[in-house]
Amino acid sequence: MILFWIVIIPFIGAVLSWFSAAKHPLSARWIAIVALGIDLILALSLAKNMMGPPHPQSTASLWAAEISWDWIPQAGLHFHLAIDGLSMVLVLLTLILGIAAVVASWSEIKDRLGFFLFNLLAILSGILGVFLAMDLILFYFCWELMLIPMYFLIAIWGHENRRYAAMKFFIFTQAGSLFLLLAILGLYFLHGHFSGNYSFEYQDLLNTPNQWPYSLLFMLGFLIAFAVKLPIFPFHPWLPDAHTEAPTGGSIILAGLLLKTGAYGMLRFVLPFFPQDVQLMAPLIFVLAAIGIIYGAIMAFAQSDLKKLVAFSSVSHMGFVLLGIFAGNEIALNGALLQIVCHGISTGALFFLVGALQERLHTRDLNSMGGLWPVIPRLSALTLFFALASLGLPGLGNFLAEFLVLLGSYIVTPIITIIASIGLVYAAVYSLRIVQQAFHGKPKGTPMISDLYNREAIILGLLISIILFLGVYPQPVMNLVAPTLQQIRIKPVDATSPLEPAIIVKRDVLVIKDHS
Amino acid sequence: MLYLLLLIPLMPLLGFIILTFAGRRLPQSTAGMIGCGSVGLAMLSAFSLILGFFTRHPEGHDINQVYWTWLRAGGFSADFGLYLDPLSLLMVLVVTAIGFLIHIYSLGYMAEDEGFRRFFAYMNLFVFSMLVLVLADNLLLLYLGWEGVGLCSYLLIGFWYQDPANGRAARKAFIVTRVGDTGMAIGLFILFYQFGTLNIQSILHRAPNNWVMGSSIAFVVAVLLVMGAVGKSAQLPLQTWLPDAMAGPTPVSALIHAATMVTAGVYLIARTHPIFLLSPAAMHLVAVIGTITLLLAGFSALVQSDIKRVLAYSTISQIGYMFLALGVGAWSATMFHFMTHAFFKALLFLGAGAVIHALHHEQNLFRMGGLKEKLPVVYFTFLAGAASLSALPLISAGFYSKDQILWNVFSLPQGNYLLFAGAILGAFLTAIYTFRMVFLVFWGTARTEVSRLPGRTMTVPLVILAVFAIAVGLIELPRTMGNFSLFGNFMQSVFPKNAVEHGPISPELLVQLLSSVVILSGLYAAYELFVKNPQKLAALLSRPLIKQIHLFWFSGWGFDWLYNLLFIRPLLFFVRINKEDAVDKIYSGIADISCQLNRLLLRTQTGRIRWYVLASVAGAILFLALAVSL
Repeated sequence: MILFWIVIIPFIGAVLSWFSAAKHPLSARWIAIVALGIDLILALSLAKNMMGPPHPQSTASLWAAEISWDWIPQAGLHFHLAIDGLSMVLVLLTLILGIAAVVASWSEIKDRLGFFLFNLLAILSGILGVFLAMDLILFYFCWELMLIPMYFLIAIWGHENRRYAAMKFFIFTQAGSLFLLLAILGLYFLHGHFSGNYSFEYQDLLNTPNQWPYSLLFMLGFLIAFAVKLPIFPFHPWLPDAHTEAPTGGSIILAGLLLKTGAYGMLRFVLPFFPQDVQLMAPLIFVLAAIGIIYGAIMAFAQSDLKKLVAFSSVSHMGFVLLGIFAGNEIALNGALLQIVCHGISTGALFFLVGALQERLHTRDLNSMGGLWPVIPRLSALTLFFALASLGLPGLGNFLAEFLVLLGSYIVTPIITIIASIGLVYAAVYSLRIVQQAFHGKPKGTPMISDLYNREAIILGLLISIILFLGVYPQPVMNLVAPTLQQIRIKPVDATSPLEPAIIVKRDVLVIKDHS
Repeated sequence: MLYLLLLIPLMPLLGFIILTFAGRRLPQSTAGMIGCGSVGLAMLSAFSLILGFFTRHPEGHDINQVYWTWLRAGGFSADFGLYLDPLSLLMVLVVTAIGFLIHIYSLGYMAEDEGFRRFFAYMNLFVFSMLVLVLADNLLLLYLGWEGVGLCSYLLIGFWYQDPANGRAARKAFIVTRVGDTGMAIGLFILFYQFGTLNIQSILHRAPNNWVMGSSIAFVVAVLLVMGAVGKSAQLPLQTWLPDAMAGPTPVSALIHAATMVTAGVYLIARTHPIFLLSPAAMHLVAVIGTITLLLAGFSALVQSDIKRVLAYSTISQIGYMFLALGVGAWSATMFHFMTHAFFKALLFLGAGAVIHALHHEQNLFRMGGLKEKLPVVYFTFLAGAASLSALPLISAGFYSKDQILWNVFSLPQGNYLLFAGAILGAFLTAIYTFRMVFLVFWGTARTEVSRLPGRTMTVPLVILAVFAIAVGLIELPRTMGNFSLFGNFMQSVFPKNAVEHGPISPELLVQLLSSVVILSGLYAAYELFVKNPQKLAALLSRPLIKQIHLFWFSGWGFDWLYNLLFIRPLLFFVRINKEDAVDKIYSGIADISCQLNRLLLRTQTGRIRWYVLASVAGAILFLALAVSL
């Protein structure tokens, strides 16, 4: 039941704040915060239980909480929510960034505030649903639920070119979703055909026999939908436009959460459903990941629009996630998961800060900024911090994430890993450019602008402490996700599994170590 | 004892945290006190550790403390653990002691700077990172310190951020070193898969068992580690960032870009020397890199006009000596030269800083002069540093350490005559450029007025460092003069012993005589060219070929130009043509085609009946024809 509340509370908050906004704008904002806060407390209380003694290694007990109600049982449809460590980490990320998004829009959004908050919180409900749904049609429903409010968010409250960006975002993701729906249905019939049990249940579909060429096709269907969302290299052009044109809160949610649903989908569905086909596709994916890392970083450097710069940096960072997921061993998967969290926090914070800058300067153009450090030292120092997180400074979570991804993938695909690590150099190039052009140098006739407000500083302080914590002691997160990642990796137990060779090699090494 | 070790890096970290969060509310004197005090306390803890270190039972000198598990995931794990052995103790002592003196000096040097608190916050963060680097018990933690010092170097080079040139220099330093760091990271990956751990000691213990002598894996790993080392230590081919790094305040140059951070590469190689011993080819590579670098930088130092750039090139050159020594397996000599260099180069930078301070930020050698009388303390301490840098025989610490390197290059099996010749030529160059600096700054006629005199906080550190720069060499005397080996004994548990100590004594004397003659003649050459007959030099420089060479050396052998051409220009070109993202064009192309198609089809809706009839009839005929033909 708690899972139901976790999903639905933001939606209740959405409705309430929509109604109250017309009369009391301030209370509407507070309703949104309180709703997310309550949700966060709920989720944390659940997380606390999960931190307890380790689970026995059976699939059934992987779920720390679960509800399953009949929806259309005749068609094998259930309202089935369940949570494990992986989902929990992402739920927590969603709620924290959700609060950040509400705070970021505190003074930015004045026009049609109620509808804005409604959309924002509805997206969050959808995202939470995506992370918790264990029925594939329910998953698809939530997947689509994120889309439409986000379209409104960009199209109504966005910047100069918002219509174009919103449409582009919608068409790209919708095109991807279509493949997802086809693949889900295909998998449903394939599984039903062989087992006689027509079901959309995640656990049932896990046991779908591997049928050439159907499984490859279905895998591509899933993969394309997630590839557009993540995004993988040639599917990325929607991202810079959508991130740039969206209002600050929207950008935070896009970069911090929406992209992560793609990564989550790969972890939750693609890897466990199609282990053989993953192996088949892996070499291509590795190449695309490496291209994405380098290309995204160079393109980030090319931009003079600060938001676009951060947006392209996401393309680069998501390349690491992709590399880690498809490398598939536990080290790389842990890295990918940590990257998901840390990138969500650090890039969310960067969009937060860029939004704060834009609100003060009324521009995002780096060329017209400069010398802002003495004017707004707090904002400048915090931007420096998150720029450093983004370039992977050791001591911050992003470093461990990228290190683990590269370490894990090195044994699987050394050449690609070496190419990918060149991205670390370019990350320094574009990250330091932000600091240089906006805050250092000679002031360019800057008007008197106020530094960060306390509410902004508080929420950013929270994000900083998370990044620092993950940088020096990420173990709680690692422990939370360990059982799930083991499942994802171990699932294909047969010898031809793509994920095993890496592990075997590693074990060999460890054996050698023990003997000497 | 246990927590004393943790206290060493913790104090500067605490100082950084206090200065960052409360800095603006603190009065300047309190902020300065926190900044200096934290490093001072770290130094005291380090010194009290020595006592414990020596009074403990002779074996098991090394202390390893693990505080918590940093990260454990799928077979990989790394700890937050510190490791103290003579090598890291030496590093800690040098870092905290020189760091403390430079902090004190900065109280005076930075007194009138707006960013006083920010300066000390960054400096404390630097000392913390450097201490983590040298104390780390595993390579991942070492990497944390490694990147941390890089960050502080970036922040402090660009400390006066109003000038975009400083920002450029800062980013150049960070990015160039990161190229090396990336190679090093790949080295860590390989090491992990080879040994299943990144713990330094267990890797070093197992390496000789797991790897065959001269195996390619040892070579690859060693070369990757060297990549990191040449980046940090500004050796060929990644040396280009250090001269530009002089944009930072002078105490920063003294601490980070002379005494400590730039020698991190030396430390890394010394720390992982068992790996290098398994790969003679990699060691030879290190020696060759060192020799070439020391010569190139020596020539460049000869012709610089900015006093700090002379010192920067000289630092590159001196680290070249250390690399050469590492490459021939003269481990203890390397660390000895590292220590003397840390003292005399910090001294020279601080002296230069005092001059710059006195001349109102004048850095051009040719606009200085005649400061001998006006700044006597600075003059005599600078002279002590210069003597040590040029290794004046017998009376300077630099002589004893450089002599040890020269002798080792000459006598050890890994050395050869070419390397030795390079080292001797380098000593000659060093003497010239060092005393060129002394003569131009302190002798001759005054060209810029002294605007203020250095205060007590600046002169006291200078005097202390000068004493060390002269006397610290006495803890290790060669066999020809006393055979006293305090330093070598201190280091002997870390490094394997070299065989040469038992050979005949006369070649060693010969090497010392040769180097003494070379150094003194270099000094004389400087005197001849810059004091006695400056017109001779002017005549020489007016020749076109010499002028070209002069310019070439001045620009650091054209490396900046080359890298600009190879890496920066192509990147900027790509960025310029592809700012709009070519991939996006594909999709907008699809969209355009759909629009065109739409327009085309719209064209058919003309509203004229006869066209519609015509189209229907044509369609009907087509279908009929198709039906019939099937």
